[in-house]
Amino acid sequence: MISANNISKRFGTFQALNGVSLDVHKGRLVALLGPSGSGKTTLLRIFAGLDEADSGVLTLDGLNANGLKAKDRQVGFVFQHYALFRHMTVAENVAFGLKVRRGQNKLSKDAIKAKVDDLLSLVQLAGLAKRYPSQLSGGQRQRVALARALAVEPRLLLLDEPFGALDAQVRKDLRRWLRRLHDEMGLTSIFVTHDQEEALELADTVVVMNKGQIEQVGSPAEIYDHPATPFVFQFLGNANRLVGTIKSGEAVTHGWSWPAPGLPDGPAVVFLRPHEIDLASPRVDAQRAKVRHPLILGPIVRADLELPDGKLIEVEISREEFQGINPEEGSTIKIAPKRLTVFAGTQMSTPLLGDSLIGDDYAI
Amino acid sequence: MSAKDATREPKLVQFLLTSLALLILLLFLVLPLAVVVISALAKGIGTSLAVLQNNDTLSAIRLTLLVAAISVPLNLVFGLAASWAITKFAFPGKSLLVSLIEIPFSVSPVISGLIFVLLFGLHGLFGEWLKAHDLKIIFALPGLVLATIFVTFPFVARELIPLMEEQGRDEEEAALVLGASGFRTFWLITLPNVRWGLLYGVLLCNARAMGEFGAVSVVSGHVRGLTNTLPLHVEILYNDYDFVGAFTAASILALLALVTLTLKTAVEWWHRDELASARH
Repeated sequence: MISANNISKRFGTFQALNGVSLDVHKGRLVALLGPSGSGKTTLLRIFAGLDEADSGVLTLDGLNANGLKAKDRQVGFVFQHYALFRHMTVAENVAFGLKVRRGQNKLSKDAIKAKVDDLLSLVQLAGLAKRYPSQLSGGQRQRVALARALAVEPRLLLLDEPFGALDAQVRKDLRRWLRRLHDEMGLTSIFVTHDQEEALELADTVVVMNKGQIEQVGSPAEIYDHPATPFVFQFLGNANRLVGTIKSGEAVTHGWSWPAPGLPDGPAVVFLRPHEIDLASPRVDAQRAKVRHPLILGPIVRADLELPDGKLIEVEISREEFQGINPEEGSTIKIAPKRLTVFAGTQMSTPLLGDSLIGDDYAI
Repeated sequence: MSAKDATREPKLVQFLLTSLALLILLLFLVLPLAVVVISALAKGIGTSLAVLQNNDTLSAIRLTLLVAAISVPLNLVFGLAASWAITKFAFPGKSLLVSLIEIPFSVSPVISGLIFVLLFGLHGLFGEWLKAHDLKIIFALPGLVLATIFVTFPFVARELIPLMEEQGRDEEEAALVLGASGFRTFWLITLPNVRWGLLYGVLLCNARAMGEFGAVSVVSGHVRGLTNTLPLHVEILYNDYDFVGAFTAASILALLALVTLTLKTAVEWWHRDELASARH
């Protein structure tokens, strides 16, 4: 088990991490998800020993890793831009971690060669052993970087934006492949991403970070269906943000009301996903709205709907549904939300009251 | 007009630009070199060869090679250490160090030489002490080496700093995570990554070390056969109206530069495959 306890890190005046605690059990594939500057890469680098925490305790499989140098941690790290050794061939790159070994764990030349061959066929690059990194495509480089990291049999595999520099199709293929590899090899992995789709698709646990702190930890479904904070909700996909009020367990916004059990009376932040809106709704609380700028984007249609008070609401519906209603630009329709998500207060990062996911320590 | 023609200059412009470049090359590089060699051979090859057998000339060649052989390796180490520290680590006073490295380029070589006279000369800061311990720096080999090191210090560092900055720290970090020690990371990753820049910097450093005149002139004392380097020897012979001798010595200097250049080309040719693959 990998365990970080109350880790803080400051760069000059910038607080990169502020008291982060996280446990990762063996065999998990964890995503650190957050915007840039949220501290996710810093946390990853602290796990690897490339940066040192100012305070807090880090343990790797029960071993206190504070003060343990990067070279002695036995972790694999895949860099965002791969950091392949440019003057070495693919095979030499993969062999590097085995060649620099010292003492009783040192392998013979033949053993190293056999292992490199195995790894290269595992990442489907057996024919490219003698190429140099500059002669490879982005996806191939990424797989070399992965094979190189796996060669040292890491207790923990760390990946920094592993798909960031690849084009969309390669990214999708590699994602599925990486997930399979992780399961087959029984790895424990943590990867950093700012792409919520990638985190939700690939990871079995998602850690949402913001401003050096953890906002929420949970499975992709938990995170998406029960976001702990307004920040998490907004970061996980497009959302219309509405201002409302809560009174006796019910939130009211723009004429719609929605149950908000257990939330205190007062101001509220209410979110509405663009695809969770009924157009031409027969409901009594349906509001009149003017259709603005319908845009056909392949199979879906995106439009702005203007409420009588001037508030614009973004809506996304399937093209079929849109054609069924067939509203014209400027015409008025009646809309109602299929689902609203209510948070008390006005702050972005205020957790939901009484939510069990919020605490000092997260176990995954 | 086809699309290909759109990105091509007309034949006449191509011809004019190429001729202009060649003309400038001829006028400023080939012609002076040719004049040096022709003047050296003006009184027949026998006279020139006699100059070469002159003891003072031979000792000047030896001294020049010796000074270069000491100062270039030292500057290789200093330059490498300085660029490594500057590009791979953050520390207070870093920008000051970068500016300090440039000083020898901005200070006149004569002043550089004078600094050492003021420090180590008979009436200099450490003059008394050096005399008491019977150590000679000025008007001796150590002074020549010091002045040469000072003047040629920036060559290696200036070649390496931009290169290492562009390469960043990623590969070193990758090596560390894979279990390599700091020294092995430097030896297996950092050094091979900059070796071409290092070679180029060392060659420039060497060319300047052998050709340096100003700073060396101040600290040398011009003792023939003892502290006279080849460039100083050229001046002395010229002032003696020994033009054949002066130009023969100058030809030797030019020849040394050509040997350095040939060496570089040979090494590059030898590693041409690897060079091509290392380019991005």
